[in-house]
Amino acid sequence: MTETLDLSLYVQRADDGAARMDLAIEGITCAACLDDIERGLARVSGVKQARLNLTTHRLAVSWDDNRLKAADIVAALKSIGYGAYPFEQRRVEAEEEARTTWLLKCLGVAAFASMNIMLLSVSVWSGDVSGITQETRDFFHWCSALIALPAAAYAGQPFFQSAMSALRARRLNMDVPISLGVVLALGMSVFETLHHAEHAYFDSAVMLLLFLLAGRYLDQAMRRKTRAAAGNLAALKGDVATRLGVDETGAETLTIVPVGALQSGDRVLVRPGERVPADAVVMSGASHVDESLITGETDRRPVESGANLYAGSVNFDGALTLEVTAAASGSLIDEVGRLLEKAGEARTRYMRLADRVARLYAPVVHVTALLTCIGWLLAGAGLHDALITAIAVLIITCPCALALAVPAVQVVASGALFRAGVYLNSAEAIEKLAEVDCAVFDKTGTLTLPEPRVANAAEIEPDLLALAGRLALSSHHPLAMAVAREAGRQGPLPQTTEKAGQGVEALVDGDWARLGGAAFCGCEAPQDEIGAASALWFSWRGRAVRLLVRQTLRADARAVIDDLRAKGLRILILSGDRPAAVAPVAQTLGVADWRGGLKPQEKIDAIETLKAEGRRVLMIGDGLNDAPALAAAHCSLSPITAVDMAQSQADAVFLGEKLAPVTQAVEIARKAQALMRQNLGLAVIYNVIAVPLAIAGYVTPLIAAAAMSGSSVLVTLNALRLRAHAINTPVENDGGEAKSRLALAERTSA
Amino acid sequence: MNILVFMVPLALLLGLTGLFAFMWSLKNGQYDDTEGASHRILSDDDVKP
Repeated sequence: MTETLDLSLYVQRADDGAARMDLAIEGITCAACLDDIERGLARVSGVKQARLNLTTHRLAVSWDDNRLKAADIVAALKSIGYGAYPFEQRRVEAEEEARTTWLLKCLGVAAFASMNIMLLSVSVWSGDVSGITQETRDFFHWCSALIALPAAAYAGQPFFQSAMSALRARRLNMDVPISLGVVLALGMSVFETLHHAEHAYFDSAVMLLLFLLAGRYLDQAMRRKTRAAAGNLAALKGDVATRLGVDETGAETLTIVPVGALQSGDRVLVRPGERVPADAVVMSGASHVDESLITGETDRRPVESGANLYAGSVNFDGALTLEVTAAASGSLIDEVGRLLEKAGEARTRYMRLADRVARLYAPVVHVTALLTCIGWLLAGAGLHDALITAIAVLIITCPCALALAVPAVQVVASGALFRAGVYLNSAEAIEKLAEVDCAVFDKTGTLTLPEPRVANAAEIEPDLLALAGRLALSSHHPLAMAVAREAGRQGPLPQTTEKAGQGVEALVDGDWARLGGAAFCGCEAPQDEIGAASALWFSWRGRAVRLLVRQTLRADARAVIDDLRAKGLRILILSGDRPAAVAPVAQTLGVADWRGGLKPQEKIDAIETLKAEGRRVLMIGDGLNDAPALAAAHCSLSPITAVDMAQSQADAVFLGEKLAPVTQAVEIARKAQALMRQNLGLAVIYNVIAVPLAIAGYVTPLIAAAAMSGSSVLVTLNALRLRAHAINTPVENDGGEAKSRLALAERTSA
Repeated sequence: MNILVFMVPLALLLGLTGLFAFMWSLKNGQYDDTEGASHRILSDDDVKP
């Protein structure tokens, strides 16, 4: 029975009949890869066009599908050294992209308008000194109006729309005073121009839009970059399933399909060591499954026909035939779904710093403007002059610096987080992260590595361990896969044979190297207690070692816990695993507050208790059972290996095998928060100086323009100080698992 | 000062040309891969010997 890789789900048809597909590419390190990949594919006959996007690490390829199959292209890329997997753009990402383009268009219009209006305004200002006729000034003002009105109507849309939706919801956000300021400035300027007055504020209105749009565009571009990188990682997981089918002759076929192509009722084959691709019922076969990603439980559960399995469980020892079920069912998933719904309702709308400021700021400013108008009227000024002064107050307080204070820091901070391997899911994550004072960890897959490892690797001679790892690469047994991680960068041994139920062997330098059970390797198993570990033996040239495979802690777990504690966070461990399995971990990490054997509801209860004590909880977890707790916590993080349901609840995900991104995230977020406050302080100082001038009626368009650009540059420069703090940690490539899957796909398609 | 009636619209026209060029390049996908474009310029694959 041969297996074929079927990627037709991702293939699209171009107008000229050629097939086309987008691929996420892994392993791009420098610009030379661009040539490598494009030329490499051009040499494959049948490929029409291949174009790599070096910014997003994606490849668009079109080919003649009479001569090539999609799987051949993946195989061709693999042969020149790049991992690739078809990529389907998620809806969120498409929306982000559309919004980025829209903001860039608005920015272009605002830039054009402000440059041309400034040209005219500078002429008027210098004319006011050197002598300008009234006709010429009116002509220049009318030209400015001609540019400013349509440009503001177009480029102001992001602010007007946001302000309208906030007002409709009876809230105030920063866009309300901005929109009001722009509209009033333009209206007053038109009125003044009609009456041949000396001052018009067209330049201020358009320049305000330009500065703010630049800030929003940069923020958006950063978010888009994060989304693209996260999308690539999701695609490169390359989750595939082996689907059983029947061909025309009635013979059984095996097709490797992307998980997305599975439909309910499909029968799939899951071999030992493979992941269950979708929620399913066992049709035949018996095995043990590792559900640590689902429940946090590290003990394997025996299953036989009729049992329900969750997507993400790992099949341990026997081949299983499953039938995919329509909707996930089972007591756990129902419970998690119900709890998530409740947590979602309870999650109070988080009020961002900028919005909190806007809520205070807008009324103050508007009342000040009103009082100015009344004050001038009482002082005997005419209605016209009083109104003009009041509007000048609104223009000068128009929160350019205030509105840039937060986004400018946000851009720099999310860039720093991106480099540290933390990808933000939500915009308010930075502010929420900065506020946490209590960290709750899940154990399995969060404090420990998601996959089992050789626990006693340090006690084994390195050359023997590396050899065992290379031999293990040829096996698909789950224990052997843990040993295979010790092979490092070396390839598998040639000509290995796997003996079912016993182990693998290969001839190395004339001697048999064997990896498997004690009897297979000719060793005697000692009768000592090895706890939750599984033992595997390796022998070569009379040297024999016992390899203990078990869940191991992330290398820097202790250091991270200590660091978080030094930052003033209270540390807790809440695990779904048996208390007996949690105790040693808690002891190693020096955490006194720990609980084991918790159900999802009990995790939520524990978090609610902490909240009731006034704590702001950071929850870090990866399992399906953690998802409700992630939603209930003030802020939440997930490792990239977490189940989809957990990742979608988390405020951010982190990459790599280390836990260090967690402390870095807290550190960067706190610095960002401090800078945001500083910036808001600077903006307030600016207003304290400028507003009295405006109230006194001394503000001319020239002063308004200078004050606005000066304060904006100041807060932007202050935000850039965060770059000096940014920690440049190279992120470990997290494609290990993806590589093994791709190797599998390649082996079967060859 | 009559020259202004001619020069100011001309300046605006030049500015508009720039704006349209920007819009065109945006629509044309010139900003889709700024990273790649900076390296592609060094490749001379398209030059026939």
